[in-house]
Amino acid sequence: MGSKTVRLKVLRQDHPSKPETKRWEEFDVPWEPQMNVISALMAVRKNPVTVEGKKTTPVVWESVCLEEVCGACTMIVNGRVRQSCTALIDQISPNGEEVTLEPMTKFPLVRDLVVDRQQMFDNLKTVKAWIQLDGTHELGPAPRQAPENQEEAYPLSRCMTCGCCMEACPQINEGSDFIGPAAISQVRLFNLHPSGKMHAAERLEAVMGEGGVADCGKAQNCVEVCPKEIPLVDSIAQVSRAATKHMLFGWLLK
Amino acid sequence: MAKKSTVRSENGKVRRVIVVGGGLAGLMTVIKLCEAGVPVDLFSLVPVKRSHSVCAQGGINASVNTKGEGDSPRVHLEETVYGGDFLANQAPVKGMADAAPGIVHMLDRMGVPFNRTPEGLLDFRRFGGTLFHRTAFAGATTGQQLLYALDEQVRRYETENVEDEKGIVIKGEKMVRKFEFWDFLSLVQDENGRAVGIVAQDLKTMDIEAFPGEAVCLATGGPGIVFGKSTNSVINTGTAAAAVYQQGACYANGEFIQIHPTAIPGADKLRLISESARGEGGRVWVPKDPKESRRGKDVPEKDRDYFLEAKYPGYGNLVPRDIAARELFLKCFHDGKGVYNAKSGKNELEVYLDLTHIGEETLRRKLAGILEIYEKFVGEDPYHNPMRVFPAVHYSMGGLWVDFERRESDGGVVRGSARNQATNIEGLYAAGEVDYQYHGANRLGANSLLSCIYAGMEAGPAMATYIQTLNKSSNDLSSSLFEKAEKREKSNYNALLKMDGKENAYQLHDEMALLMLRDCTIERHNDTLDKVIEKIDEIQDRFKNVGVTDTGARANQGAQFLRHFKNMTTIARVIATGARNRDESRGAHYKPAFKTRDDENWQRSTLAFHAEQGNGRSEVKFVREFDYTVAATSFHATDKVDISLVAPRARKYETAGAASAAATGNLEDKKKDAQAHA
Ligand SMILES: Cc1cc2nc3c(=O)[nH]c(=O)nc-3n(C[C@H](O)[C@H](O)[C@H](O)COP(=O)(O)OP(=O)(O)OC[C@H]3O[C@@H](n4cnc5c(N)ncnc54)[C@H](O)[C@@H]3O)c2cc1C
Ligand code: SF4
Ligand code: SF4
Ligand code: FES
Repeated sequence: MGSKTVRLKVLRQDHPSKPETKRWEEFDVPWEPQMNVISALMAVRKNPVTVEGKKTTPVVWESVCLEEVCGACTMIVNGRVRQSCTALIDQISPNGEEVTLEPMTKFPLVRDLVVDRQQMFDNLKTVKAWIQLDGTHELGPAPRQAPENQEEAYPLSRCMTCGCCMEACPQINEGSDFIGPAAISQVRLFNLHPSGKMHAAERLEAVMGEGGVADCGKAQNCVEVCPKEIPLVDSIAQVSRAATKHMLFGWLLK
Repeated sequence: MAKKSTVRSENGKVRRVIVVGGGLAGLMTVIKLCEAGVPVDLFSLVPVKRSHSVCAQGGINASVNTKGEGDSPRVHLEETVYGGDFLANQAPVKGMADAAPGIVHMLDRMGVPFNRTPEGLLDFRRFGGTLFHRTAFAGATTGQQLLYALDEQVRRYETENVEDEKGIVIKGEKMVRKFEFWDFLSLVQDENGRAVGIVAQDLKTMDIEAFPGEAVCLATGGPGIVFGKSTNSVINTGTAAAAVYQQGACYANGEFIQIHPTAIPGADKLRLISESARGEGGRVWVPKDPKESRRGKDVPEKDRDYFLEAKYPGYGNLVPRDIAARELFLKCFHDGKGVYNAKSGKNELEVYLDLTHIGEETLRRKLAGILEIYEKFVGEDPYHNPMRVFPAVHYSMGGLWVDFERRESDGGVVRGSARNQATNIEGLYAAGEVDYQYHGANRLGANSLLSCIYAGMEAGPAMATYIQTLNKSSNDLSSSLFEKAEKREKSNYNALLKMDGKENAYQLHDEMALLMLRDCTIERHNDTLDKVIEKIDEIQDRFKNVGVTDTGARANQGAQFLRHFKNMTTIARVIATGARNRDESRGAHYKPAFKTRDDENWQRSTLAFHAEQGNGRSEVKFVREFDYTVAATSFHATDKVDISLVAPRARKYETAGAASAAATGNLEDKKKDAQAHA
């Protein structure tokens, strides 16, 4: 007891404009029961010394909820994009293997493991991912909804804008302006709601142009990495169908 | 004429109100301000969509009474103040209980995927401290779903233009501007102490900047991280509340910290297993034999001690949290009857929370979110194994003191009064877990999401009223006011960067938290509390010798932590000193040496003000009354609790319906009804 350690190998960079500071640093931290990547990083923070005995700055990372509902702590753990708070050391390194941590690559770097996912929030503006509410004053109950409707909407509504799907999607890269699966799935969510439906056309139009739903290459990587198991490919297919229908007949219905 | 404009100041700039914090309370405040036509600058440590409110699992209370149980806002009010052991001001609680059904309908209209009944109505479940099905829920991630709904509405306002009085669009100005990844440092106050803006730090570039605001609302959540590990998010350090407290804001009832009975231990966090698990029928037990070596699921019914059900036949597993937490502690810590661990030969500080008698399909539909957490972090299947849980620090009933204006006609609150949610610093408002207003000595489950949203609904209109009384916009005040504040914070920050002592702030935090957790939670003794306070002295002394771990100019979390930690020590002192002083037991505050509630001496709020000992140590000054100003009018505040609607009486959860007289009759009728039909 007490001697078991966990080795972290972290890809670091001090500043996006200082590529020369990009480096790997390795740390050994004492193993603890129920340890996850976050508690390992917390241990580094208490004693930021590399395995070579070099004093360094504590690793910078993002986390909030520590129970996989906020989406903050997404990073690439052992080559796979995921939340680091649910990355339990005993599971990802069962025999004491080294644990590698890297920042996501599809978003601008802030520092070390932190990236800027503002683009994803902006995408939600593009697709008008909201109900056009008249106001918050009392207007009585909302329209009734069948339990089935709720059961379809709820999983879609759990998207925590974590960015895993964006990271995994081959269609998202510097040269493309593909909006990505998360926002498209929100189009489906809001077009499902009894009052959201009333503005379905606007949301569809937002994903019909360049960078829209047609840019999806159907590689399905997104579904595989979504921690909330959101049926992204279904959503894309549905929105794609609805968009086509709207393109062909939309003006007739106006 | 320009002077009268509520949209532009004399220098032509748009007049904005500042809201700090984008959890439920902050977002609701923003929406209400926007609806009143007031543009907002919204600041948050993290993108608001990642605020701590996402963690809430179980649900939100509203007496919609769709189950025909005879529930009503009156019963909700009675049960809330009874659950809070008669320490909450009753007018605001009434306001909240009355508004609750409307709030849940509003959220439903916003698209929250609440669970439904077969008829397509909202489904409700039970929570602690009541016998009614009063809690609306969206699976077991209700907080996330509520936060997203408000976040979406605020995002909509981010795209809407500011219009002047005549309805003409002001170019380039949106109703909401977000400043995410910004840390609130302090208020900018004018020569009379009025809040006229804030100083904040960009957490990417580390730039420090002052912002004028017509008024400021703090909606910055609770201080759970003072206790180290808790059920709270890591950003819940209470730093913003601590900062304004040190600038003169009154902090009330700090000693009332809620311990949640059922959490799972972890290396970084104590993850909550929501009360909804018991609301859906979960049962708490320990093996009768303290040396029971069989696994939980193999222990037969006759060998189990369902100790809550046995002692509290009225409310059973759904007694309020203060009581449940104490009983668990008693079982495990004092009686040594926690779940036996054959490996270590010890009785762990753990009891069973058992859902295995409920069908898997029902559990998946209603509780999947929390059971997923248990599965992920414990690595055990909670559908077929009783879960192992123990109490953890969860919520702060205390917080910034805020006022309300009582409506004489019915004892509720005057909507739109500039006094509602106003702190004693003029121009500073507070809403959400950071205020002290709604829960008294103990909060009932699922009342917090409600109080956060309701407080936002009061704070927004109150601020809109307040800014109309100003004869000068903050934009038109002397710029030196803002420059001075900015300079002060810059030099504070530079001083942090220069700290090069031997102490490590993270280790100091661990040390302080350990003591706070051990001696300032479920059971409190005056002699150990004295030691806790001495320890806080020591920690504040040693803080002078900490070394900053990072001097980098970008995203410097090390320096930021020093600031947050220093602030945590002042809040810790407020909590510990408040606990030391209050020689009685009430709600979450329990002193074995003073076992009963002492209404004669302690039917009053604790009102704390900050002072300095002069040597870097903080000091707490308690007062019984003070004067404060809002909208140029002075008011006298005292520590007297408004008990005009429900008369105080002893809490007795042994008996069904004890929390509300109205509840008993109806339930008895219902039972008879059911028997007649059986
Ligand atoms: C695990 C868990 C489960 C819960 N379940 C329930 C439940 O089922 N029902 C219920 O009613 N209640 C529940 N609660 C309680 C409830 O979730 C919280 O009390 C509530 O969400 C607090 O909301 P808030 O708006 O006050 O603050 P928060 O949601 O905590 O938001 C605070 C905001 O302030 C910002 N902020 C903080 N400090 C600063 C600063 N210095 N500078 C800038 N911004 C800052 C943050 O970024 C954030 O945006 C639960 C709590 C926990 C921990
Ligand atoms: S299915 Fe479409 S969105 Fe998903 S990863 Fe493939 S290309 Fe990207
Ligand atoms: S769809 Fe899934 S992977 Fe993508 S952002 Fe949402 S939760 Fe993350
Ligand atoms: S910290 Fe919230 S998802 Fe990991």
